[in-house]
Amino acid sequence: MTTITKKPANPIAHLSPEQIEALGAELDAIRDEVIETRGDRDAAYIRKVVDVQRKLELGSRAVLLASIFPPAWILGTAGLSVAKILENMEIGHNVMHGQWDWMRDPKIHSTTWEWDNATPSEAWKHSHNQVHHTHTNIIGKDNDLGYGIMRVDEEQRWYPLYLAQPLWNFINACLFEYGIAAYDLELGRNLSKPKDKRPESFTKGVKDTLKKIRKQATKDYLVNPALSIPTGSFLPTLAANVTANVVRNLWSHSVIMCGHFPEGVETFELKSIPDNETRGEWYLRQMLGSANFSGSTALHIMSGNLSHQIEHHLFPDLPSNRYAEVAPKVKAVFDKYELTYLTRPFVPQVASAWHKVIRLSFPNGWLETTTPTNLPTQLVALYKITTADKRKRRVMLKLLERKAKQEYAEAA
Amino acid sequence: MSTTTETPRTGARSGRLTSGLRNLLDSAVTPLTVDDLLDHFAPLRTGAAAGLQGRIVSVESETADAATIVIKPGRDWAGHIPGQYVRVGVDVNGIRLWRTYSLTHGPRRDGRISITVKAIPGGAVSQHLVRNARAGQMLHLAQAEGDFVLTPARAGRRQKLLLVTAGSGITPVIGMLRNLYSRNESARDAAVAAFDIVLVHSAMKRDEVIFGAELRAHAEAGRLRLVERHTDTDGLLTIADLEAEVADLAERTAYACGPAGLLDTLEEFYAERRLTLHTERFRAAVVDVEAEGGTLTFGGPSDRVVETDGSVPILDAAESAGVLMPSGCRMGICMGCVLPMTSGAVRDLRTGDLTVAVPGETNPGGVPIQTCISAAAGDCHIDH
Repeated sequence: MTTITKKPANPIAHLSPEQIEALGAELDAIRDEVIETRGDRDAAYIRKVVDVQRKLELGSRAVLLASIFPPAWILGTAGLSVAKILENMEIGHNVMHGQWDWMRDPKIHSTTWEWDNATPSEAWKHSHNQVHHTHTNIIGKDNDLGYGIMRVDEEQRWYPLYLAQPLWNFINACLFEYGIAAYDLELGRNLSKPKDKRPESFTKGVKDTLKKIRKQATKDYLVNPALSIPTGSFLPTLAANVTANVVRNLWSHSVIMCGHFPEGVETFELKSIPDNETRGEWYLRQMLGSANFSGSTALHIMSGNLSHQIEHHLFPDLPSNRYAEVAPKVKAVFDKYELTYLTRPFVPQVASAWHKVIRLSFPNGWLETTTPTNLPTQLVALYKITTADKRKRRVMLKLLERKAKQEYAEAA
Repeated sequence: MSTTTETPRTGARSGRLTSGLRNLLDSAVTPLTVDDLLDHFAPLRTGAAAGLQGRIVSVESETADAATIVIKPGRDWAGHIPGQYVRVGVDVNGIRLWRTYSLTHGPRRDGRISITVKAIPGGAVSQHLVRNARAGQMLHLAQAEGDFVLTPARAGRRQKLLLVTAGSGITPVIGMLRNLYSRNESARDAAVAAFDIVLVHSAMKRDEVIFGAELRAHAEAGRLRLVERHTDTDGLLTIADLEAEVADLAERTAYACGPAGLLDTLEEFYAERRLTLHTERFRAAVVDVEAEGGTLTFGGPSDRVVETDGSVPILDAAESAGVLMPSGCRMGICMGCVLPMTSGAVRDLRTGDLTVAVPGETNPGGVPIQTCISAAAGDCHIDH
């Protein structure tokens, strides 16, 4: 992927400024229609989901009190995993977006909600709602792109360290909630500063996050296992909680990877974004910077309706249960303005995101020019690039890229 | 001595134990609390996390567009005095709206409370309660409030009262009357002996008189004198009418509840005559001020910017924009909605008075404003 302004065929070059504003007006109309019809049905939906989630979690934790018995362990762990996923995805993420603020229910409100996750909701709301949703897919501005630890774009220079990127990504997936906490704190950037130069907000943020992590860990890894001691189930319950958290982490990581990583999602250069980006231009960036995945209703709910990532990015504060309903209308706007509505079934979409992570862990063009037959020579070349000094490496990277382009042109 | 100190000590210890257990259980379900979870099973219990709620027991129609809603309140309901009102939070089309209604029963043996609601044309909550409320639905409640109550009967002295009501203004008064006359035989006889009541009630026409049959029955049984006016035929009640109907008006302590016009007239007359009048208003009287409006900026956790015009209370404007606001009576009485304004100017919608906050000059923590009766008179920064 290349930022769209550097692409040979810019996917938005065919749109005039007037068309972009007209497109914005059409999306605004879709949004207004939902807001006008928001009501009882939606309120009943979120209350139902909250009710089911809490009863499922409570029930699962009750079953885990006897988790020494394998069937209880399996049932309880599965239930707890699903409950944690529901809590984070369909409830927490969406409530914190303010999707349900219109109900004026202080118990289901973005300013009061705290979620079952290592990062405090305050920190999440800043980094996610403000930074990521405003600067979606702008290289250097949107830290969701690779979370600052990965190479997610051809234009980022390749270093040998990136060879370990698939491994990083997998480890990050397993520990995703802590990864998010670190990312919300901008840990890397702040830790690289001298201690006395770090902002006060960072010190406070670290304190709040550690407090939240302590409470979360006490619940999952101490209190609940301890409550299972009477049946001799301390360790099985501990294992169940670890499992549920890892399952939730892997799941949410996969869902989120599908949102902005798959092949075909566009990225943007900071300098290509006008200072006063219009509503239409902002919409357009959201349209091209997100990807959906298709599947059953259960899959949509378990993904927090982030399966409708495109709709979510266009209308982050509309109730999530309405995304499915507006999706065909949004797609019609894409078609009308000849834009690509990027969607695949879940598994291919996850695979596509992983493919990109792996492809970009190698120098540009390396994976594309590699076939089973030339693998040995390619590996030797990779070894040489990796061990070369800076100047030589730069030359080798350029040569490799040129070769890939030639092959691509020949194939075409 | 030793016995008297023993009891509280044990109490304190068991209190600590339960709070220790509670902390343990809370730590097992964080970031929720045990109360959050119990709310899903027993919302009416003591200490509900979502606050005091009530379950509708029945909805009884009073007239074509008025209904009495009998509610079983949660265990935390602290009781009320007849004549008081309660704030009720109702989810109308998914949105929680709060309104104030008089309690229309005295304290009942079954612990239930009731409100009587007249459907106002275009009134979101009143229309919903009269037309759509059903037994089993839940409502949010605040505790009873208000000082529109009778002074308790004193032995050997008969209190002379004049009750002037119009339309749904009868609702606090019916609560008083039911408390006096509808409990049991002996209480009723005692009430008749203790109170000499004249009730002047106006309604559009006879079949629009809420509690008409009940009021007439009291009058027939000689428990009170009822002067029923039907404004369609008799016209609006004037002071002259009142003086003509109630010859001993000056000897009577007066209570009035009804539309603002009636109350304003009565207040003026009673102030002139230096007589005692208690009034109950359901809506703050709003003065006409030039609509200026401005941008409301909510600093702090709300972190929202809201455009508003100068005729809408800040509370309403902010709520419509999805800001979670503290609120109370919505008529400038209870101070439940007060927030600090760090800079800007607001106008009191009742009086037209300006309140100004200037950083560096006024209180650094902000000037407290009542958001329910204040409208923006320029851009305002509010800490919330």
